[in-house]
This record gives sequence, structure tokens and C-alpha cells, in this order.
Amino acid sequence: MDNNASKYWQANVRLVSILLVIWFVVSYGFGIILAEPLNAIKIGGVGLGFWFAQNGSIYVFLGLCFYYASQMNKLDKQFGVSED
Amino acid sequence: MDLSTLTYIVVGATFLLYIGIAIWARAGSTGEFYVAGKGVHPVANGMATAADWMSAASFISMAGLIAFNGYGASVFLMGWTGGYVLLAMLLAPYLRKFGKFTVPEFIGERFYSKGARLVAVICLILASVTYVIGQMKGIGVAFSRFLETSYEQGLFIGMGIVFIYAVLGGMKGITYTQIAQYIVLIFAYTIPAVFISLNITGNPLPQLGLIGTMADGSGISMMDKLDMVVTDLGFKEYSTQLMGSKLNMFVYTVSLMIGTAGLPHVIIRFFTVPKVADARSSAAWALVFIAILYTTAPAVGSMARLNLMNTIQTGPIGEATANLEYAKAPQWFYNWEKTGLLKYEDKNGDGRIQYYNDKNPEMAAKAEAFGWKGNEMTKVDRDIMVLANPEIAGLPNWVIAIVVAGGLAAALSTAAGLLLAIASAVSHDVIKGMINPEISEKNELMASRLSMVGAIAAAGYFGLYPPGFAAGTVAIAFGLAASSIFPVLMMGIFNKGMNRQGAIAGMIAGISVTMFYVFQEKGILFIPGTAEILQWEGYTKSWFMGISVNAFGAIGALVNFIVAIVVSKMTAPPPQHIQDLVEDIRVPKGAGAASAH
Repeated sequence: MDNNASKYWQANVRLVSILLVIWFVVSYGFGIILAEPLNAIKIGGVGLGFWFAQNGSIYVFLGLCFYYASQMNKLDKQFGVSED
Repeated sequence: MDLSTLTYIVVGATFLLYIGIAIWARAGSTGEFYVAGKGVHPVANGMATAADWMSAASFISMAGLIAFNGYGASVFLMGWTGGYVLLAMLLAPYLRKFGKFTVPEFIGERFYSKGARLVAVICLILASVTYVIGQMKGIGVAFSRFLETSYEQGLFIGMGIVFIYAVLGGMKGITYTQIAQYIVLIFAYTIPAVFISLNITGNPLPQLGLIGTMADGSGISMMDKLDMVVTDLGFKEYSTQLMGSKLNMFVYTVSLMIGTAGLPHVIIRFFTVPKVADARSSAAWALVFIAILYTTAPAVGSMARLNLMNTIQTGPIGEATANLEYAKAPQWFYNWEKTGLLKYEDKNGDGRIQYYNDKNPEMAAKAEAFGWKGNEMTKVDRDIMVLANPEIAGLPNWVIAIVVAGGLAAALSTAAGLLLAIASAVSHDVIKGMINPEISEKNELMASRLSMVGAIAAAGYFGLYPPGFAAGTVAIAFGLAASSIFPVLMMGIFNKGMNRQGAIAGMIAGISVTMFYVFQEKGILFIPGTAEILQWEGYTKSWFMGISVNAFGAIGALVNFIVAIVVSKMTAPPPQHIQDLVEDIRVPKGAGAASAH
């Protein structure tokens, strides 16, 4: 693998790893493992753990996907591997 | 206008629209048939993916599951959306770069083996057929209920409609039809949700209604009210009730997430976009359109439950006149009783309906003192909640008619997408890839259509004699995809050293343990009475750490990963040209249109 491509790949894997940590924390972390303690905090009329499990995690997933798409476009250009 | 005439008109109009689109967008080449000739805009593709993805399980079943499982049903909400994050970041861009038509084709080339491709085809067909049977059944039930035909006739009508546009249209037709279906289904889902949220909380946005306060002036939050209403009647507290154990919920969510990312009919959607960058944004757009329904569903579920409880228990618990009189029940009650999905039995002979949890000893003791003789709502099928919800809330007939059309749109679009995945696996991977590589494009297209007909017939047959499954079947289909397809795709991209032997052993091991666990409870190939063959002395359901069959795909996937890695370490690494191929798919540059070779 040439140097540029391997650096691009490392940057990609780093980005994806960070985003997947967030993905894990909001769903499995806040929504399931820590749901009870978080439920002591209220968002409107529901506990925060419940809210993350049923609504909040989905909003975060959306943010993650768009952020990933835009960051990858930047990486593509930066490393000169973009399609156009 | 009465409900059934209105339903005929609305459903009829939407169907004419779908069929019209399918004929207008008829596929002329195999490229158009499989991947819509690559010319679909990412937003449009995202919308079609959303329709493809959201099946009868999402539209009809899920809110009902939420209504009765409360917090526990979060596994579906997180599981069926979180998988898109995996799909967007771990699979879609690379598979698009690879630029082939089908998932087994990728597996076959990446693992330089026809054997791997064949194993992938078998896994794909097992998962897809399991999934499509559930859709066919959903279609049959919805048709029979609202067009007042028998279940069998309803199923045949549904098969005919699926046949017309899936078989004639191919991917191009399906993509455009699915955009129309998405629009129909999302309106159908959100309109009643807005009405009901407005009624109960005074907030028109269901997402805010969920966290809002009651509009009755009591100042209490909707969720606290619901928790109170259900616990007063001995049911589990809505906002904290678990599905199985915490561990089961965790594993269940993993299984649905990686199943989402491993279902071939969803993955092939990302072959239809023009560029790698589009595959990434397309996955994000798909999630936007899915999230509109998924963030609405918790409000629909909780408010439907509240409405249902309040309809039956009209006043303070224990007062003789505080229970709904059967003779004065609303019309929807009788309508659904006729379908057999709602059952009432006047156990204490007072002509009123008592709906409470008689399995809760504390509540049972209280009920005894009131002169209640057990829960009289002997059956409340979860699957009726979305369809009955507008009726329970007293919404106008046109809303109910749209909901029916939406449910059918959801079921049909998913069935068509799955059939396409099955057809391309048979004609492209098996016939062209293994049996007759010289087959002409015309004959390949013909083979593809014939295999679709075969799949429709098979699914129809199982739909006619359903081996007792509904929503659970869909979860099992996810488990099969999760335990076989997802791990090898991921390792194919991220683990350059993964070789043929590892991939084949991993897929076989993963899907085998999953099928074994499922068949042990549900019967071999779901045939009733065959489960005992696999059971041992002292067998209990969910024997493995309390994990339910629906959640087991995650364990199968883990087995797949472990077996694949161990086997690959003990055998020769993949040849250099395969390692070069992996490096090539990791960079977007040079992605042309998908091709067969």
C-alpha cells in the first residue's frame, strides 16, 4: 500500500472509531446500561435514559451519519482520492 | 362515506399509482433491473431505501410492541436505526466502490471462491425468504380485514400486485415506486399521530408530545400519567419495564443493528447511487426518512396504550360503573372482535369490561374484592394497535383509510425489495456466476423474473399455511443476516488477512448455531412438532443466558467472527491480488459504474 493511501485509511479508521464510540455510548450506554441512574434526570416529562432509548439515540445517529459523510468528503479531497 | 368504500378508493388509487410507475419505469437491461442503471440521486435513493426498509413490522407491528412493552421495546427503535450507522460507515461506501450487483458477488470475489459465494447465496435466501413470508402474511391480513375478503383471497390479491410491479419493473421500477410508497406510508403514519398528540398533550409534534404534559389541565406529564394508569391496574410500569433481562435487551439490540447492516436487500440499495460519496450520504438520508417514523412511534405507542386503557377503565378503579359497558363499546371494539384479534369474555357476568393484569397477585387480590373474576380482555393482539389507533382516538374515516393504504405500502415495498434480492442471487450468482457464465442478458433477465415468481409462490405458500409467526419472524430473519452476512462483509473490508477458509467456516458456523437455537424452539424450518427433535432433557426456552431466539443473531455473529479469525490464522493468507483488491476498495477514487465483470 502506498504511503498516501495508508494514511488516508488510518484517518478513516480513526474517524469511524470515534464516531462508533459515540454511537455505542448514546444507545447501549445511555439507553440501556445507564438508563436507571439517568432516569433521575428529566427531559420534559420523561427520564433521560428512557428518552435516549426511544428518541435521543436516533437523533444522535442521524448527526453521526451526516458528520461522517461530510468529514469523509474532506478526507477524500485532502488525500487526493476523491472521485472527481 | 362509509369506511369500507373510502378504503377501497384510497387503497385503489395508491395501487394504480404504484402500478403506473412500475410500467412507466420498466427495466430494459439487467443493469436497470438489478441496480436501476446507477442513476438514482442520493436523496431519492435514501427515500426508496427507507420504504424498502420499513416493512409491515415497522409500520403495523412496532408501535403495538411499544404500547405493550414500553421501555423494553426500545430494542426495536435503537436496533432498527442504529444499524444504519454501521451500514454507512462500515459497508456502504466500500461495497459501492467494489461496484458489483449483488452481495454474494462481493463475497465470491473478495474470498476468491465460488464456494464462499454459494454459501452467501444460501444465507441470503434463508434470511430473505424468512423475512418475505412475514410480509406476505401482513399483506394478507390487511387486505382481508379491510376489503372484507377471506385471508386466502387477501393473500392472492397481494401476491398478484407484488408480481406485477416487482417482476415487470425490476430495480428501476421498484426504486420509483418505493418513493411513492414512502410518501404514502409516512403521511399515513404521522397524520393520526399528530391528531392524537394534539388531543392528549395539546402539542402537535408527537416527539414533543411524548415528553409533554397532559392537556386535561392536571399538569401531570403524559408519561407519569401512563405509568400511573397501567400500574394501578397491575401492569408493569411503562417507562421502566424490561424485555427479558437487561442483557437480553443489549444482545437483542446488537442483533437487530448488525442484521440491518447485513440484510442484502438494504445493502444493494447502495449499489444504485452514482458515486462512493453518494453511498455515504445516501445512508444518512435513508436514516432521516426512517427517523421520521421511528421518532414518532414512541408517541404513537404510549398514547395508544393510554387511550386504550382510558376507553375501558373510564373512572376510579373498583367503582362498579367505572368500567366500560360492553353494549355501549365503540364500534372499533366490535370490528376487531370479528377478526379474532381482540377477544372479550364477560367472566363475572356484569356486562362491563374489566381489563387488568390478573397475573399480578396484589392486583388479583384487589380485583377479587371488587367482584372481578379475571381479566376480560382475553386477547389484545399487538399488531392491531396501529390500525385500530385512529378508530380508538375517534379520528375521521379518511384517516383510517390512509392508514390502511400506508400499511400495505410498507408491506409491499419491502416484499418487492426482498424478492429482487432473492431473484438476483439466484439468476446472477447461481445461474450466471456458477452454472452458465455465457448466458445472454435477455435470458438472465428471464431467469431473474422466473426466480421472483418462484419466490412469490414459495412465500405465498408459507403465507397460506403460516407456521405460527408474525413479528418474531422478522426478528429471526435479522438474526440470520446478522450471524452470516454482516461479519464476512466487515472482515472482507477491514481485515486484509481474512481468507477463503475463514470466511466460509465463519458463515457456516454463525448461521448454523443461530438456526439451531431458533429451530430448537420454533421447529426445524418452522415445521410444527419438529422442535422436540433438537431438544435435550431439561430444555428450557432461552436457555443460553436468558437470551431469546429473536435476539440470538448477535451470538451467532460473535461465533462467526471467532471461527473465521481462528481458521484464517491456521490457513494460508489470501493471494496478493486479493490484498490489492481490498486496498483498492478502501479508496473512493476510480469507482466506475457497477458492472457484471
